[in-house]
Amino acid sequence: MARAVTTRRKIVTTVVAWAVGLLIFFPIYWTILTSFKTEAQAVANPPLFFGFDFTLENYAIVQERSDYMRYLWNSVIIAGGSTILGILIAVPAAWSMAFVPSKRTKDILLWMLSTKMLPAVGVLYPISLLFVQFDLLDTRGGLIVVLMLINLPIIVWMLYTYFREIPGEILEAARMDGAGLRAEILYVLTPMAIPGIASTILLNVILAWNEAFWTLNLTAVNAAPLTAFIASYSSPEGLFYAKLSAASTMAIAPILVMGWFSQKQLVRGLTFGAVK
Amino acid sequence: MSPKTVLRASSALCLCASAALAVTGSAASAQDTTITIATVNNGDMIRMQGYTDLFTEQTGIAVEWVTLEENVLRQRVTTDITTNGGQFDIMTIGMYETPIWGANGWLVPLDNLSEEYNVDDILPAMRNGLSYDGTLYAAPFYGESSMVMYRTDLMEAAGLEMPDGPTWEFIEQAAAAMNDPENEVYGICLRGKPGWGEGGAFITVTANSFGARWFDEDWNAQFDTPEWEQALTFYVNLMNNYGPPGYATNGFNENLSLFQQGHCGMWIDATVAASFVTNPDESSVADSVGFALAPNHEGVDRRANWLWAWALAIPAGTQQADAALQFIEWATSAEYIELVAENEGWANVPPGARTSLYETPEYQEVPFAQMTLDSINAADPTNPTVDPVPYVGIQFVAIPEFAGFATEVSQEFSEVYAGQKSIEEALANAQSLTNDAMEAAGYR
Amino acid sequence: MATQHSRSAARLMMAPAVILLLGWMLVPLLMTLYFSFKQYLPMRGDSFERGLEWVGFENYVRFIGSSSFWPSVQATLLIVGGVLVITVILGILLAILLDQPIWGQGIVRILVIAPFFVMPTVSALVWKNMMMDPVNGMLSYVWRFFGATPVSWLSDASVESIILIVSWQWLPFATLILLTAIQSLDSEQLEAAEMDGAPVLSRFFYIVLPHLGRAITIVILIQTIFLLSIFAEIFVTTGGSFGTRTLTYLIFQRVVDSQNIGLGSAGGVYAIILANIVAIFLMRIVGKNLDR
Repeated sequence: MARAVTTRRKIVTTVVAWAVGLLIFFPIYWTILTSFKTEAQAVANPPLFFGFDFTLENYAIVQERSDYMRYLWNSVIIAGGSTILGILIAVPAAWSMAFVPSKRTKDILLWMLSTKMLPAVGVLYPISLLFVQFDLLDTRGGLIVVLMLINLPIIVWMLYTYFREIPGEILEAARMDGAGLRAEILYVLTPMAIPGIASTILLNVILAWNEAFWTLNLTAVNAAPLTAFIASYSSPEGLFYAKLSAASTMAIAPILVMGWFSQKQLVRGLTFGAVK
Repeated sequence: MSPKTVLRASSALCLCASAALAVTGSAASAQDTTITIATVNNGDMIRMQGYTDLFTEQTGIAVEWVTLEENVLRQRVTTDITTNGGQFDIMTIGMYETPIWGANGWLVPLDNLSEEYNVDDILPAMRNGLSYDGTLYAAPFYGESSMVMYRTDLMEAAGLEMPDGPTWEFIEQAAAAMNDPENEVYGICLRGKPGWGEGGAFITVTANSFGARWFDEDWNAQFDTPEWEQALTFYVNLMNNYGPPGYATNGFNENLSLFQQGHCGMWIDATVAASFVTNPDESSVADSVGFALAPNHEGVDRRANWLWAWALAIPAGTQQADAALQFIEWATSAEYIELVAENEGWANVPPGARTSLYETPEYQEVPFAQMTLDSINAADPTNPTVDPVPYVGIQFVAIPEFAGFATEVSQEFSEVYAGQKSIEEALANAQSLTNDAMEAAGYR
Repeated sequence: MATQHSRSAARLMMAPAVILLLGWMLVPLLMTLYFSFKQYLPMRGDSFERGLEWVGFENYVRFIGSSSFWPSVQATLLIVGGVLVITVILGILLAILLDQPIWGQGIVRILVIAPFFVMPTVSALVWKNMMMDPVNGMLSYVWRFFGATPVSWLSDASVESIILIVSWQWLPFATLILLTAIQSLDSEQLEAAEMDGAPVLSRFFYIVLPHLGRAITIVILIQTIFLLSIFAEIFVTTGGSFGTRTLTYLIFQRVVDSQNIGLGSAGGVYAIILANIVAIFLMRIVGKNLDR
């Protein structure tokens, strides 16, 4: 980039950007900080930013009451499983939409998105009855399928926009060399599409991880993920700010860490074909 | 594309693939007997969870807990019971649900409780409230009424003395005397939070103590009566003058933490709160709390007493009815109370369920014990109001439709508390939406 | 380039996704439609297995005739619209800011996108208790620090509070997409305009904004789909009181609180209709951008 930037301007923008960034991040920061205070210090007036007794007590209490690892593991399996299943189904669909487009491609895409418009609470009873009927309540398999279906339209759409950016000439060249359909997908398209697929995976893991209606209503013990974990801390009796903060931190920490490590990928990938 | 990106993407893929494998590999290996219990995240239940290992040692029955916040719990167990989901062997439900569910045949009747359990020891008010047609359907884990909790130090400073049975007029006078908003001490803290079990319950008992009622004997809504207007006007004036800011969103928990931090001169709420506000570990005002009966409007023969129990019930579809019954007998027994008393002191036992508890000399020394019992005894769910009513229940009306319209009514009232509606407007809306709902349900 | 062969292969490859989604859409939709014409009161002993009584359009009439219906549509549109306006405007500003050369760009970017990773329940709990609580919340300390009376956010400014919470959650998403779009902007074009002495504002309106058109469309489309069905944020904070009862929440009250499945199902059908009206409206206004 050859834009001429004076140091003064850079200082000003840096200060502004940091101020905005910290402001947006503040609620999360404050929650994490509070989780290390005692209950009394959590509600101290004026609020304590430092000089409190650093304690891990809240985490110990939360862990003692609920087996965090089990919820975490369920979240990992459900978010991961639904994403991988979704990718397996969406890749062929998006591929064919991108490379063999027909007049109806856009209609199909929009129709897929419109399946997300039925509010979940409206179908609470239908879905619950179906789950009872097929014995799927409190199974990870059932939740994986439901979350996959919920996010499938987004997955298809994201992949479609990536695939469309792959130049068609490369395919032509591959075909000239006598590559079959399978080889075409495996050796030519897949490597080119991997960055797109990776960021699709990221986005969908986040969406599935944070889904809080079905994961709460269709589980009890065996399949209950972190959204159910947090539901047992949301408003207990007595002072609870510190414990709530600890439980909240535990619920969001894994996905936050994953998000931070992969943020470059996410920033690059979340284009939805916006580039160009 | 950089090799790093490929690496990252493929490691993400591996993670997901291994996760998917784990799904197939983790078919649950069933233990001998495991029961699943859905419960609310209140202090006494959380304490009970801590003792379940003892139960498992004694009986060999393993226990899985599903602990949820009250609103989520209600939603979850109701859906489960109406769709026949069968996810739970024991459900924690209240005095409102029990008779309705019992009448629908959704609960296992608790009529073969063992001799040692001594079902006659359960307080009569609790037993009646948890029965339908004379059959007990849920065993009370703890029970509560409502009472006045006040700061003895502030009362003294104000030169007032709290009678055992105050009137609303005295409460207002005391609130005015203790109110000191500059120092963040508010004369009185009361529930205003929308929801039939939160602010809705409180305004209903307040109305009862002003001589109002939800319905007349022909199921006509009564919000157009002067009694309701008087009760609501009194409450709104009291809270606007001497209540904490934002009281329209305060429920039990919010008020509890306000009181514990010393922000309230008085608090009228569940009797179970007494053990929290007198616990020095949690409460900064633990040594200066006094108790009195819930108030009434001068000349009205009903006090603002409610009656509630969190109880354990067995849904009819369960395969583990015997193990579930064993757990219920253990958790609601006199021995369990002794167990908690031994480990955590008498002040922390689950209150309000058994007569024998109130006859225990050690428990009688607990400062709030007698007032709790008196409050529970003052509540009569079969005869809750001055004028006769066709329903059972004090702070609720024990019909299936109540939770729906009462939540909407309480939302109307909360909008008054927040200053967004006038009292007349809210009462008129409450009247019409309640009558609509009753019409839809075929009562009128 | 599409041969007959590849065309049928393409259809085959699309089939699983289309069939699954068709099933996922149709089965619950048909059950919802079916229930909406029935009296289904589980608390009164009605059950699916035992058969339900046909009541015609009674549920539809009752749902729309309730005094809560139109306010709920209004609340829905207000919240969705408010969040869209805030996230798009702030998202553009943030994207431009993050595109500037600054020290610690990576860290600032992480700070800005962090809210996207927080589950809605947790963010609602954190805002309600840690930030907006009128006595112990951070905002009340700030207000008191400046000598003002703390605001009871969730009752006195309830709709605004919900919009704030939801915007906080979705701002990162909007920023990310708009940032990628800005990064693809031809910097030489901008520089040329700068050389020509074009003022900042006109550079923004004539070069940057048109370039972002498509990205803004995407942001609006995707967010609308998610925002129309926000639930946890309202359930946790206001419980639908103080004018925050959206259509989704009204359906929830009918289904879960009142245990009237027929009435709630009729509400679900209205929600689909509303969603489609909004969608068509969106397509008309912004849909052209998608064709580019």
